[in-house]
Amino acid sequence: MPMTTTPAEPVTPAGPTVPGEPAAVAEPRRRRRAAAGWVLLPAVAVLLVFFFYPLATIVWSSFTEPTVGLANYTALFTDGVSVTVLLRTLRTALIVALVALVVAYPYAYAMTRVSRRTRAVLTVLVLLPFWTSVMARNFAWYLLEQRDGLIDRFFSLFGIDGVVLLGSVTGVTVAMVQVMLPFMVLPLYSNLSSIDLRLMDAATSLGASRPKAFARVYLPLSLPGVVSGFSLVFIVTLGFFVTPALLGTPQQSLVSQVIETRVGDLLDFPGAGAMGSVLLAVTLVVLFAVSRIAKPTAALNQAVDRA
Amino acid sequence: MPSTRAGRPRSIGWGLRLWVTAVAVLLLAPTLVVIPMSFGAGQTFAFPPKEWSLRWYEEFFSSPQWMSSVVTSAQAALLTGVLATVIGVAAAIGLDRGRFPGRELLRSAMMAPMIVPGIVVAVAIYGTFLRWHLNGTLLGFVLAHTVLAVPFVITSVSTSLAGYDSTVEVAAASLGASGWTVLRRITLPLLMPGIASGFVFAFVTSLDEVVIALFLQTPEIRTLPVQMYDSITLEIDPTIAAASSLIVVVTTVALLLPQLVRRRRSES
Repeated sequence: MPMTTTPAEPVTPAGPTVPGEPAAVAEPRRRRRAAAGWVLLPAVAVLLVFFFYPLATIVWSSFTEPTVGLANYTALFTDGVSVTVLLRTLRTALIVALVALVVAYPYAYAMTRVSRRTRAVLTVLVLLPFWTSVMARNFAWYLLEQRDGLIDRFFSLFGIDGVVLLGSVTGVTVAMVQVMLPFMVLPLYSNLSSIDLRLMDAATSLGASRPKAFARVYLPLSLPGVVSGFSLVFIVTLGFFVTPALLGTPQQSLVSQVIETRVGDLLDFPGAGAMGSVLLAVTLVVLFAVSRIAKPTAALNQAVDRA
Repeated sequence: MPSTRAGRPRSIGWGLRLWVTAVAVLLLAPTLVVIPMSFGAGQTFAFPPKEWSLRWYEEFFSSPQWMSSVVTSAQAALLTGVLATVIGVAAAIGLDRGRFPGRELLRSAMMAPMIVPGIVVAVAIYGTFLRWHLNGTLLGFVLAHTVLAVPFVITSVSTSLAGYDSTVEVAAASLGASGWTVLRRITLPLLMPGIASGFVFAFVTSLDEVVIALFLQTPEIRTLPVQMYDSITLEIDPTIAAASSLIVVVTTVALLLPQLVRRRRSES
């Protein structure tokens, strides 16, 4: 640790000192603050070299290769497929986020209302899929959605034959909702648990009906959690590859599949970079739009940490 | 519902109860189909299997390909866990203690790997690692996974730092402890819960990562998730069912064990 190697700099304080503090105490604190900058260095270096540099390279190449200009971007609009794929991806991500929200909200709400023991059980039920291998879960959905899989057989019981979700956007959507559920429940619960339930009592005691109290008091208070969960699931779904690749089809591909094909099969980094940049731009716009109300990633982390 | 019941905790209606049960089933049940599948005897993914056997477990443990992917994944996860934890703990402390302009901007920048779309990170890293000949190497997997894992470590440790009373450090220093001693005897022990959960996060992030590893793989070296991916897309290899079942069981045990221990402790 560089802390000990940093020379003491008594003249230039690295931060405000507490007034009235004895010099013997203030001095090491100052030194520690000077050292604080150095301990950031490894992380900054690793992220710069192995994350931001590669990212910048691929974005750069989308503007400069094979020729300088916007050719790769105009191609997105003129090749007849890319726009369709992009719109399909946005729509899928929206649907996944919306359905996940509707499914998760009552669950997260219930988590705030039950006994401690029940809450522990409900929490574990969310954390189990969260920590379980993504590949194992997607393989499970592959089994369920295939021809003669359990879903197909289930619908056959009711005389509806041929419900093979494998190889369709619907199949991808259904699986994605389940795969993303923890990402919705955890930030939601994190927010809902901070709402004072007595506010609901206050509303009802003042004459509001339960549904009205819910709609006018509880729901608005839960908005940050809703926005956190929704934007998190939306963003993660946008760039998610495994589920579309395993359960979807090249005929109705999502952006991640197209990017993978371009790079994996054609080594077309500039073309993939253009699509990736669009995806990145959408992500940043979403994050910026919600930044006033919610920090999706922070919300998730806090929730997982606390659980 | 009568308003008198409104605020009473632990009373949720039957409708909500039903919904919660359904969601619980949705969270848990789908994954469980891999377990019966793993005991099948057929060469296909037909479910439920018509005959039963242990052949896919045998295959999993005796196949050099599967076993070497397990070893690669374990190595990558362990190295990623250590590297990301060291870097992340240092960065979290730096972000917490440092007083410099642009600190919040730096913090956001360090969280970026969590929000940049997974596929974009993957092709970007692939492009660069191709040029640097890092594809198909353990180091390549470790570096790529470390990038993804560092933000998790930083957040975990930052959470610990938020509830951290730094006057104990001042006290230790005023009693004559050197900077190194303070770090080793005071700071790190107090941050241990955050550091531990950061390590677990980093370890699992690497263990579970598919997309980057998919690009960086070569026939000689691939991680377990990539081997699973290939066994669905390239070859119909039911060994994946055995691998998935083992993962599900291990994850469940690893998650439930601390819960049970905690409960026993609080009861005694």
